[in-house]
Amino acid sequence: MHELSIATALVERVQEVARRHGDAPVRTVRIRVGELAGVVPDALRFSFGLARAGTAADAALLLVEEVPARARCEPCGTAFAVGTPPFLWCPGCDTPASGVVSGRELEITAVELDEGAL
Amino acid sequence: MCRVVDVRQAVLAENDTLAAALRASLAARGTVLVNLLSSPGSGKTALLERLLRRCGEQGVKVAALTADLATENDARRLARSGAPVRQVLTGGLCHLECAQLRTHLDGWLPDGTEVLFVENVGNLVCPAAYDLGESLRVALMSVTEGEDKPLKYPAAFGLAHLVVLTKTDLLTAAGFDAAAFERHVAAVNPGVEIVRTSARDGEGVDALAARVAAVCRGAAPHRPVLASRHLAEFGHGHGGEAHADGGRAQADDGGAHEHDGGAQRHRGDAPRHDGLPQDSGPLGPRRAEPAEAR
Repeated sequence: MHELSIATALVERVQEVARRHGDAPVRTVRIRVGELAGVVPDALRFSFGLARAGTAADAALLLVEEVPARARCEPCGTAFAVGTPPFLWCPGCDTPASGVVSGRELEITAVELDEGAL
Repeated sequence: MCRVVDVRQAVLAENDTLAAALRASLAARGTVLVNLLSSPGSGKTALLERLLRRCGEQGVKVAALTADLATENDARRLARSGAPVRQVLTGGLCHLECAQLRTHLDGWLPDGTEVLFVENVGNLVCPAAYDLGESLRVALMSVTEGEDKPLKYPAAFGLAHLVVLTKTDLLTAAGFDAAAFERHVAAVNPGVEIVRTSARDGEGVDALAARVAAVCRGAAPHRPVLASRHLAEFGHGHGGEAHADGGRAQADDGGAHEHDGGAQRHRGDAPRHDGLPQDSGPLGPRRAEPAEAR
């Protein structure tokens, strides 16, 4: 259960954005969470509710976009769903995947500020 | 009025940036950090005690930092090896973060330390998400924990540069299916080496010391597929989504882009392991067995 640590880091990043924009209240925080990020979106939403208290994001809505895990095989030039738990071998040529295309995201994509409230 | 600020920043960017800085500062003083991850009770401390002693006998200057929620028992055990040891009490926190680690290293890490072992909090979930500035990440599990553990904790095993099986002296008694374990490790981390160890009879301690010594000499560790990100992952646009809300989408030139670049450099391990050999090894799971491997 490290979602509270992650939510705290998330709120710190969001506060930095709000500070750069005149401490505007935060209306919405959009994040992407990959299937393999090791983060449970529900636990993160719960933790965000605690971490945002008393900050510019006090009333902010957290919108989580969940990203499926996909890997790429260079030899056959395809991308494939790795599933859960991940199976990182190409289903076409039975060689190890060259890398993960998506699924490890834990990133903020946008912060919506309520500038009219200033 | 609603302003949409396009951010695109890793949530753990601050930890990742600190970790990259720590890795660089340790490298400058000739120290390699080894991050040890496992469940509680997997035998990390017993194995590390033997490993510290063995490294000492070989003339390698080692130190260890051990993290627990409570008690200094592990530090006392490790100190029997003669190596400098520091206990970190996380006060209930389930993992180590780089900022916390740094506060314990400042003013303590002895000059000339070649290898700093960090025994993470016993937990296979949370510590996997935090880069501590390590050059070698080792995931350990014992033969009593079940062959499918790598599938249950794919981030811990999938991001490891080396996997260590402990308590092999109990392998037969535990009825451990080593072949199934190897297939499961290969499913989440193709090509990663597995070192079998026993703190009781000493199996694999020299092998483990040799792997650590190789990294100290500059050898590139294994490159996990899970840490190798494809470029297509970056630069994903979200502007349309923001516009759909009727707000004004705007790139946050006030700093988000410089953070964005930093985050991308440090997200994942790919950049610092580029060019490493990708050893697919003979242990690859057969496609005929995916149901079992999964």
